Amino acid sequence: MTAATVSKIVSMPQAIGEHVPSGSSVLMGAELEQMIPFSAGQEMIRQARRDLTLVGPISDILFDQMIGAGCVSRVMAAWVGNASSGVGYCFRRAVERAIPNAIETVDYTNFTLAMALHAAALGVPFLPTSAALGSDLLKSNPNLREFASPVNEDRLIAVRALRPDVAIVPVQRADAFGNSHLWGNLGVAIDGARASRKVIVVAEEIVEPEVIASDPNRTLIPGFFVAAVVHEPWGSHPSPVQGYYGRDHDFFAEYHEQSRKQEDFERWLEDWVLKVSSRADYMKKVGEARIANLKVRKHAFTAPADFGF
Amino acid sequence: MVAAAAREIRDGELVFVGMRLPMIAFALAKRTHAPGATGLFENGIIRDTPAPTLLYTMGDPPNLCGATFCGDMISVMSLLQQGRVNVGFLGAAEVDRFGNLNTTWGWRNGESVRLPGSGGACDIACLSQRTVVILAHDPQRFVARVRHITSPGNGDGGGWRRAQGLPERSGPSAIITTMGVLRFGEDGEAFLASIHPGIHVEDVVRNTGWTLRVPHDLVETPGPSEAELAAIREIDPNNFWTKA
Repeated sequence: MTAATVSKIVSMPQAIGEHVPSGSSVLMGAELEQMIPFSAGQEMIRQARRDLTLVGPISDILFDQMIGAGCVSRVMAAWVGNASSGVGYCFRRAVERAIPNAIETVDYTNFTLAMALHAAALGVPFLPTSAALGSDLLKSNPNLREFASPVNEDRLIAVRALRPDVAIVPVQRADAFGNSHLWGNLGVAIDGARASRKVIVVAEEIVEPEVIASDPNRTLIPGFFVAAVVHEPWGSHPSPVQGYYGRDHDFFAEYHEQSRKQEDFERWLEDWVLKVSSRADYMKKVGEARIANLKVRKHAFTAPADFGF
Repeated sequence: MVAAAAREIRDGELVFVGMRLPMIAFALAKRTHAPGATGLFENGIIRDTPAPTLLYTMGDPPNLCGATFCGDMISVMSLLQQGRVNVGFLGAAEVDRFGNLNTTWGWRNGESVRLPGSGGACDIACLSQRTVVILAHDPQRFVARVRHITSPGNGDGGGWRRAQGLPERSGPSAIITTMGVLRFGEDGEAFLASIHPGIHVEDVVRNTGWTLRVPHDLVETPGPSEAELAAIREIDPNNFWTKA
């Protein structure tokens, strides 16, 4: 982690090739339903990663796809499914019938997963909470342990710090050194970036450092945390990026139908991931009409803030 | 159902809104009796005004635009740990006689079905002052004992929450169903508190997987007022979420 003077911009295949080997634990979906790094996850599928541990509060259908593609041996999450329609069929097949392989699930709640990353971001071994007391999650997740408070009579849960190998965080804009502006709901992105050993930023736009420095409050990931910057417009489709594109609701509904049966999912995977050579190629497949429909219809710029002195 | 859910929100309260029906309930409460209520979303959004359009997920761009606050999950969910959140809305695959919720393991045609899991539901059930559950009333959902406690209600009866270490001022307040409203006695067990207009008590009992307590002086859930109906029509003009 050093402030770089050399550009960190690489292609998505390079970023995944260099920083996400098989066996890694990978934080994705940190911003919950918005800004899910679909292009990064799908590159992991193409590069045939195996034995990954996926970490995220909710993952929407990206985790489902990676599980279905056989990349995953463990999921540490609060919710795995399709935010539009509930069930994630690949997740179900893996947990219930070990198709395409058995996976271990470590169930969290949203708050306890956020605290696990916050603890790692703070550099402490655990954080206390009373969330999850009385829940059966305690029986299956060894990282949530009851203990007696040392300062009062409370019973508490110790949430063990969680340090992923790599966090993949979509942002609206970054400079070549990884200093990143992002906005909207942040979920666990900031703690997640600080908690992880490496960060890959996936930017809709690359801007000059002066643009980042013009609004330091919006620099939520300083570049010294960042190992690689990928410039990938539409990298989060079908999830939304505030100010850039909306959520492609139909895509989630279509995936729900096309992943119901294993053989249909395999066809989906072939069409939408394995045969796709790049994000530009993927967007060609999405099609102009659909893209036009997702673009921002009415811009809503913030009031300028004066940093003058 | 929506009107009954909206009435669970009091003016000035902090509300974990959730998705679908509760979102309409929140918008309805804001337009009628609770203009000062504030909506909280676990992805990191705080809203003083409901989103201008209907949403599929809480992260849809219209829910971010015009929000009062956008930030970390912890900055919103820590309000739960502080005990500041007045009411949270939850759904579930299963609820039992003590208001425990299961969204982790289902059961279909004799086989276990893995469901998506807690999300923020367990946190809300543990730590908000009141929890309101909304779900369709059928015997598959209303079971004597959930197979897995994802989100704790009253455990196995009165006193259980305190024994677990959960805050004194917390726990299930109501279950609003397609047939009526259930509330909880001192012993932690749910009873039928009111029945929706046009529903028969026998049907409610038959669709509940335990012997549901029905008080002798059972009342009817008040139907939506003219003002509530007008507001619902404005919020959901095509009855997308409010068909039932």
